Amino acid sequence: MDGQLNWFKGGLLLGAAFLLAVAFVNPIGVSTQFVIADGIIWNLFSDTVIQKDTANKSGYASPNAYLNKSGGKYAKNVAKPLNYSFVFVIAMVIGAFLSARLGGPHPTTQDRIAPEPWRTRFGQNPVPRYVTVFLAGVLVLFGARLAGGCTSGHMMSGMMQTSLSGYLFALGTFAAAVPIAVLVYKRI
Amino acid sequence: MTIFLAIILGIFFGFALQRVGATNPANIINMLRLTDLHLMKAIFFAIGLSSTLLFVLMSIGVIDPGHLSVKSSYVGVIVGGAIMGVGFAVAGYCPGTGLTALADGRKDALFFVCGGLLGALIYTLVYGSIKNTWLFNNIAGGKVMLATGSDTFQALLPAIPGTLLAVGIGIAFMIIAWILPKKV
Repeated sequence: MDGQLNWFKGGLLLGAAFLLAVAFVNPIGVSTQFVIADGIIWNLFSDTVIQKDTANKSGYASPNAYLNKSGGKYAKNVAKPLNYSFVFVIAMVIGAFLSARLGGPHPTTQDRIAPEPWRTRFGQNPVPRYVTVFLAGVLVLFGARLAGGCTSGHMMSGMMQTSLSGYLFALGTFAAAVPIAVLVYKRI
Repeated sequence: MTIFLAIILGIFFGFALQRVGATNPANIINMLRLTDLHLMKAIFFAIGLSSTLLFVLMSIGVIDPGHLSVKSSYVGVIVGGAIMGVGFAVAGYCPGTGLTALADGRKDALFFVCGGLLGALIYTLVYGSIKNTWLFNNIAGGKVMLATGSDTFQALLPAIPGTLLAVGIGIAFMIIAWILPKKV
């Protein structure tokens, strides 16, 4: 596709992004921010989900065990979302937008509904694609949170640091993803 | 200051993902069904290069080892990875590329992100009832690295000097990137 970098230039750019992030602040991670976004929405409808609590390490607490984990770390990020990790993820979307506008690869109208391998296998109707991809999203974020990170946190940042968790995650992911992709989309 | 860095680094990462074609689910699907490995080559090269430079720059004192953040290893990492892998293969999106694909104007990415928000919410709600199960049993002591570069994290292979091991792995990754065929 026009505007797409080859593996070498693309790899250089991605590698530089990981290295600069860890050099200046922290390794990159994305999936936690889905929890924070949920928490922000939940907090709009609830007076009790996030509370100030000086007994907790972060100064915030939640009756929900996950948001209250690690001294209320997530509870604090829900209460104060203008932190490094959340802003980073929003900036990622802006970065992708700039790339698309400045000569990056452009999807066709059909590509914007479903990618080419899907259309070849399952046709042009958008509804099955949207339903499937919604359910896939549920699995992806549930799995990533159970694993404690996703492709960027475990696989990229983790393996860069030679973290054992990164290797275990990659093992689990590819052991499931490759057979499923072959089964669903075939090899042709 | 860190907010400013978050904006710059986030834009750079999102730009890189879009440019390498990772926001296009066709590329992910073709990588996973092993027909087009250009993304796999890019990922191997990116990890190998950044790992090599990270450990070299830490050993000469340019990068502060305090910036390292190693995640814990436990059974759920493998199980969760496999659950993620199923959705990843079907959708062609992972959490980061699904979000950045919104910037391409991809409508299916919007459904993916909404599903993701629901999946993360379900996990948030069930965590309390699974947190004391075998899923969270540590593997090899939890927060371990193959090669340590800091005092905070234990090395899995302490007999080999950390920088040497990490650079060795990094170079091996770059060689793999080089020799993997692009099209299969």
